[in-house]
Amino acid sequence: MEEWEEEGPEIVKKFLYVNRRAPYGTIYALECLEVALITAAFDQEESLIFMDDGVFQLKKNQDSSDIGMKNFSKTYRALDDYDVERIYVEKESLEARGLTADDLIIPVEVLSSEELREIIDKQDVVISS
Amino acid sequence: MSHILHLVNKSPTERNGFDTCLRMAKPGDSVLMIEDGVYAALANADFAKTIIGSMNDLSFYALGPDITARGLNDVPLIEDVHVVDYEGFVDLVTETDVTQSWL
Amino acid sequence: MKLGILIKQGPFTHQASDTAYLFTVAALAKGHEIYRVFFYNDGVYNSNKLSEPQTDDRDLVSLWSKLAADHNIDLVVCVAAALRRGIKDEILAEGFRISGLGQLVEAGIQADRTIVFGD
Repeated sequence: MEEWEEEGPEIVKKFLYVNRRAPYGTIYALECLEVALITAAFDQEESLIFMDDGVFQLKKNQDSSDIGMKNFSKTYRALDDYDVERIYVEKESLEARGLTADDLIIPVEVLSSEELREIIDKQDVVISS
Repeated sequence: MSHILHLVNKSPTERNGFDTCLRMAKPGDSVLMIEDGVYAALANADFAKTIIGSMNDLSFYALGPDITARGLNDVPLIEDVHVVDYEGFVDLVTETDVTQSWL
Repeated sequence: MKLGILIKQGPFTHQASDTAYLFTVAALAKGHEIYRVFFYNDGVYNSNKLSEPQTDDRDLVSLWSKLAADHNIDLVVCVAAALRRGIKDEILAEGFRISGLGQLVEAGIQADRTIVFGD
């Protein structure tokens, strides 16, 4: 306990991961999810945004068995197990792609660009993929 | 409110990073064009009116060595896009609160 | 100021590593501290000592190694990203070390600014 106190106050920063890439075609979606899961172990205030083609990462009913790649879409469900609860999807990006929140594999908060701008404004570390 | 430095490294005619950046940036933020992002500084390109339309709200910068490398020194660039070198890039990072890359 | 750098692309295909390198040199010249450079995604290829560019081209792997030696910079290559791309200790250039993704998060926590270079 004493040793703990000597370390001083824990730093808690706001980490934001911005996902703008579709899955499978490139590795960015998978490797960003890996960082997001690791970050959860650090007790930071973590948020994820899915916008532009990044919304396709969350499309439900993915089945990659015939392209020989791992279907990692179910791993997004693990975010909830790690208490990563700030998961935002841009409304305009979803609509532009003919999708709704019902098409997504996990429950998310759908926000307008305007509302997302306020989320982005609060961050300390922004990691794009 | 934090002052965000937005980094855009893609040509606006190749990818949508610039459009998304301008959609998400808030008044008072800064935008630095680097790598292929400097093509957005071309005054006679179609995209120029988008940049000029955002100039009341945002400050624009472009990385000089990337402009020179691409042979853009002899074509008109948008006035009020401030050209900086790598040290200017560092200053922009340290003088703003957060840096966000639009990859 | 303490800066953290994330590089998400390998050398040559993308300009990301070049820009990050020149940014880092300028930051050091201005008296800033580089807390860590973290290599992720294809960025792990920046650590491959087997890289042999043509003699009239810049040698990014060596440039990073030399910068790390001259300024005592921590160059960390993500283990998960490295292993799937065949980057192992045997081929790691001088000054790089392989470690976990937690090192990226820790850099984000400790550095005053985190700057991402990629595609």
